[in-house]
Amino acid sequence: MRIVVAMSGGVDSSVVAGLLHQAGHEVIGVTLQLYDHGAALGRKGACCAGQDIHDARRVADRLGIAHYVIDSESRFSDAVIADFADSYAAGETPVPCVRCNQTVKFADMTTLARGLGAERLATGHYVRRVEGQAGAELHRAADPDRDQSWFLFATTQAQLDMCDFPLGGMPDKRAVRAMAADLGLAVAEKPDSQDICFVPSGGYADIVRRLRPEALEPGEIVTQDGRVLGQHEGVARFTVGQGKRLGVASFDGQERQIVLATEPGRRRVIVGPRGSGTRDVVLREVNWLIPLPVEGLRCTVKLRARDALRGAVVRVTDSGAAVSLDEPALPAPGQACVFYDGDRVLGGGFICRSEGG
Amino acid sequence: MVYLDANATEPLRPEARAAMLAALDGVGNPSSIHRYGRSVRRTVEDARESLAARFGGRPGDLVFVSGGTEADALAVHALGRDRRLIIGATEHDAVRSAALSGSRPGPAILPVDRDGIADLDALRAMLRTGGPALVCLMLANNETGTIQPIREAAILCREYGALLHVDAVQAAGRLVGAVPAVAPRGAIAPTTTPPLRLREGAGGRGSRPQDRAAITPPPAPPSRGGETMWQTAPLPMDTANPRLAAAPMDTSHPGSRPTVSLATLLCHSLALSSHKIGGPPGVGALLLTPELSAIQALITGGGQERGRRGGTLAAPLIAGFAAAARANTSDPSPLRDAAEQAAIAAGAIVCGGGAPRLPNTTCLALPGVRADAQVIALDLEGIAVSAGAACSSGKVAASHVLTAMGLGDLASQAIRVSLPWNATAADIEAFIAAYQRMADRLRPTMAPKVMAPRAA
Repeated sequence: MRIVVAMSGGVDSSVVAGLLHQAGHEVIGVTLQLYDHGAALGRKGACCAGQDIHDARRVADRLGIAHYVIDSESRFSDAVIADFADSYAAGETPVPCVRCNQTVKFADMTTLARGLGAERLATGHYVRRVEGQAGAELHRAADPDRDQSWFLFATTQAQLDMCDFPLGGMPDKRAVRAMAADLGLAVAEKPDSQDICFVPSGGYADIVRRLRPEALEPGEIVTQDGRVLGQHEGVARFTVGQGKRLGVASFDGQERQIVLATEPGRRRVIVGPRGSGTRDVVLREVNWLIPLPVEGLRCTVKLRARDALRGAVVRVTDSGAAVSLDEPALPAPGQACVFYDGDRVLGGGFICRSEGG
Repeated sequence: MVYLDANATEPLRPEARAAMLAALDGVGNPSSIHRYGRSVRRTVEDARESLAARFGGRPGDLVFVSGGTEADALAVHALGRDRRLIIGATEHDAVRSAALSGSRPGPAILPVDRDGIADLDALRAMLRTGGPALVCLMLANNETGTIQPIREAAILCREYGALLHVDAVQAAGRLVGAVPAVAPRGAIAPTTTPPLRLREGAGGRGSRPQDRAAITPPPAPPSRGGETMWQTAPLPMDTANPRLAAAPMDTSHPGSRPTVSLATLLCHSLALSSHKIGGPPGVGALLLTPELSAIQALITGGGQERGRRGGTLAAPLIAGFAAAARANTSDPSPLRDAAEQAAIAAGAIVCGGGAPRLPNTTCLALPGVRADAQVIALDLEGIAVSAGAACSSGKVAASHVLTAMGLGDLASQAIRVSLPWNATAADIEAFIAAYQRMADRLRPTMAPKVMAPRAA
């Protein structure tokens, strides 16, 4: 069958292209140009395309498959980068990879793939597609260290039905690299990508400062009862649950402090003692991969990409969903809360700021 | 597989291939004194004479360079020294980028109309004030095929002491009309042509009367065996197009036909590229008027090309270039028109369709459908076309050409179909079938929110 493979130029998607080609499919490689690489690196005159696009093309050459580069810069800039800065300015901690998957990668790529007459869109994500009775199901990857299901919760059922994740069952990354070597791909030893792709040096504050400078204006670090413990260099530098970079505000007397909330309007960071938390989490933009539950849904939820599963009950609300955690936790607004039943992803949503927080 | 991307590069013509093969075994550097060198030099000089004659200049005023981009850069840098720049809004990046480089202020942009034709009233206004200018205007646009009123622009430029550089890269192999037998429009007599403002250093040569005279009347077509080397067929242009009668290049003035000739176009330099006329890539030329011929090099090296372009001459490429320029061309416009009509019926809008155009080019916008998706879909059907300006990454950006023409969103929804010299009716049939399938598939799914107006 004709399959579009989203090729990033990394090992994983290269192996996907190789495997599907080897299996006899007509593979069309597509690489998204997401941002001006030269500008991101601050190098004037550097090519807009990074090494990754070059690598993807060379893999396609090696495999003998068609390969195209799609300009998604303006879409990525609006849906991912601007959203990233806006989110910080609103006192949240964004997950740009979820936004990217939700918009550029799955929404736009499935549309493109369909337009090109392809039956499937395959990616190198570490998740499993399982054929269920009511269509495709999204499951965690076999390798728990690589599992990316949390980042894919916003994939719609229609998108999922079109998607293929050939690496979801791989035991570990070593096996993928070995496969890349078997396929003769030069990217077999390429290092994994790190951090946020459009923030090459990890200095995300520069991007926020450029788009939403107010989120990086100095302000006060205060306790919940309003006592000023210290100063900060911008609310965008803080995430709920964070204990680092609080300076003199790290302690209130003998008690170690963590961030409980940010207040962009008053440019304040609210801190409180460790162990603070809440059982109630309000979600917006909820995506369901099961029929809408009529009653409270008992399941496990994950509040951060690298977090343990927690027992909870999820209820559908007018604006999204309300989650009651079995044990208190510190959910960070802007992050995702993803619902699981065992390995299966049932849905998820974005965490809202709590009232008055 | 059907190749309809000639404006990116033409397939190699057999004449060029044969000439290159013959030259490939020629040992010797054309700059060498010995007989080997002399033999290769003869190949180069024969080619130079042939090309100069074909494009209406003198052999000594033709500088071989690496291609169209270098020819444009050399012209902008050499002729634009101490001059302000005025460039057409739809110029190729070869000119745009050269005009932006260096420490000079950015160029003034000469606007175009909806068909891509430069606004000569605006040019006059721009020339009227300000110091001596270098104007860059392409003969035919690479994306739309729109032909500019070069002669008219040249007359204006001369009136105001400006120089006119013409990027003829796309037109060179495709506009092979008859050289006018009558001197064009008597108004362009030397007496009414203001004296050219010459750069220091070029004045000595340019002031010689015989040099001045050489640029005014077109040279007699060089003949070989009693036949002219030019095609004498009528210009393969949009003669059926109603706009043409009112277009600046009215066919009632034979002299204003856009024959690709330095002398006929009355401009000061012509940029030429071998691979756009069916020769090999990697070679091109800048043809200058005699009085401006002693330009300063961009690349100095060993002083080749009379100090105008350093580097050992690529004799086999040059031989292929000249052979391609001598090749006969046929008129592809009936095939192009058939493709265009079918595309219009499938919902396409022709960009620049109201202008006189290259006979091989059509720029087809499919409202609401991204250009890159169209190119990919056609490629998967075995049809090779292109869109906008492909960056080295391969991504397709919105076309600055179509944007300058005021086409808005269509600027990122248009593909360029350009027929090579060897296009066949079967190629066009295959294109039409693939285009219809592509339009059917992409229009409803790719652009659900856009109501695409259907062209009449």
